[in-house]
Amino acid sequence: MDVIIENLPLYWEGFLRTLFLSAVSGVIALLLGTVLAAARVSPVAALRGFSMTYVEILRNTPLTIAFFFAAIVLPRLGVKFEQFEVAAIIALSAYTAAFIAEAVRSGVNSVPVGQAEAARSIGMKFGQVLSLIILPQALRTVIPPLINILIALVKNSSVAGAFFVLELFGYGRQLANSNGDQVLAVLLGVAFFYLLITVPLGILASTVERKVAIAR
Amino acid sequence: MSSVLYDVPGPKARRVSLIGSVVGSLLILGLLAWIVSTLAQQGIFEGRRWAIFTRADVWTLLGNGIGATLSAAAVAAVIAFPLGLLLCLLRISDLAAIRIPTRIVLEFLRGMPVVLMMFFVLLVFGTNQFIAVVAGLVLYNAAVFAEIIRAGIQSLPKGQREAGLTIGLTSFQSRMIIELPQAVRRMMPSLVAQLVVLLKDTSLGYIVAYGELLRAVQVMADFLGTQFLFPVFFVAAAIYIAINICVSRIAVWIERRGSKKAAGGVAKAEPEPIEAEVK
Repeated sequence: MDVIIENLPLYWEGFLRTLFLSAVSGVIALLLGTVLAAARVSPVAALRGFSMTYVEILRNTPLTIAFFFAAIVLPRLGVKFEQFEVAAIIALSAYTAAFIAEAVRSGVNSVPVGQAEAARSIGMKFGQVLSLIILPQALRTVIPPLINILIALVKNSSVAGAFFVLELFGYGRQLANSNGDQVLAVLLGVAFFYLLITVPLGILASTVERKVAIAR
Repeated sequence: MSSVLYDVPGPKARRVSLIGSVVGSLLILGLLAWIVSTLAQQGIFEGRRWAIFTRADVWTLLGNGIGATLSAAAVAAVIAFPLGLLLCLLRISDLAAIRIPTRIVLEFLRGMPVVLMMFFVLLVFGTNQFIAVVAGLVLYNAAVFAEIIRAGIQSLPKGQREAGLTIGLTSFQSRMIIELPQAVRRMMPSLVAQLVVLLKDTSLGYIVAYGELLRAVQVMADFLGTQFLFPVFFVAAAIYIAINICVSRIAVWIERRGSKKAAGGVAKAEPEPIEAEVK
């Protein structure tokens, strides 16, 4: 236990960086994912095709491959990063956006057909139908799955630790190497900090789910 | 659904949409062309960089990587599923003394990054990399399988269990004979989708230095020189994605087939063929 208390500042720094990575990637992924979902249902065929291909490929790409590409292949191709956080954020948000796009699309499909028909019959254009009528309702129903995707994002950010970013898992690896005799305590400490993020989010997701279930 | 969101396009809208499609395609093509030209400037497309794929040992290494990836995934899946069933039964046990600790364990396992669990097993138990990767995958996916199956059991009509208990089955028999088979069948699409996740997660073995596909890429790049990194990476990523897309397609196919069957009602008996009566 001593090793955790001694290194609490390191844990704290790692914890904050994990939070930072997850928050920034989460916001980018939510925006990109919603745009992709909108493109998927749009009248323009090229946009539909692009969105479909993007989601299909990224959803089936292992996260480690995405990270490997952003952190190791891209710099060799001349894209230099000042900090590896940028590479991590690119990989995480590009990967997560595909899942968010799928979730939002299923939300769009869950909105009753009459809503869109009513909106169209009072003369709304596609953009208005989507942004004023469909998406506000769709996003509300998919909040629980979106929170679950964000939980996965927090856990996925641990992969960044293996690609030169010192977040929670990165520091955990470092500490485990330098305190070979207290590996158990070191890693349980790391686990504790992850649970500090994921468990409250999980409770939030199930609470929201229950509320939505009552509303419908 | 998509057709409900906008009017049937008239001549003007069709023109606009066509222009939009052309402009959109051009933008995407332009982006691709830019990427390709950047790559070409780096000399990525020189023949000698791709000539390594004529060498047998490169394919042997890649093949070993794929083998390691698939075997870890297969072993983990085979162990995780029964373990998930067991955890599910414990999770819905009538005894609070069993139910509550199981719930805590499941929450713990689900809230943990898989790579951390692999690392934990590797260091704390001093196992080899294969066991560490499989153990990490099993612990996480068993917890997820348990939750999926539990959701399936809870979605069953209450009468199923009541009927089982009424005809004198014990609680355990009712779970095993009546509820589990229906729940597993109902949740098949989710279970197969989780298998895709499991397969993808084997790539985390790269981080604990397990010799899977991505590690093979790294080894080759270190061995042959970094100018071969991109070609090897490209081929390996394509293989990985192709395998995953195949498994995902299987999941979608099962879902379609399942929904066709479920339309008649899974619990209903098969209707008697009418032709038999006519004869």
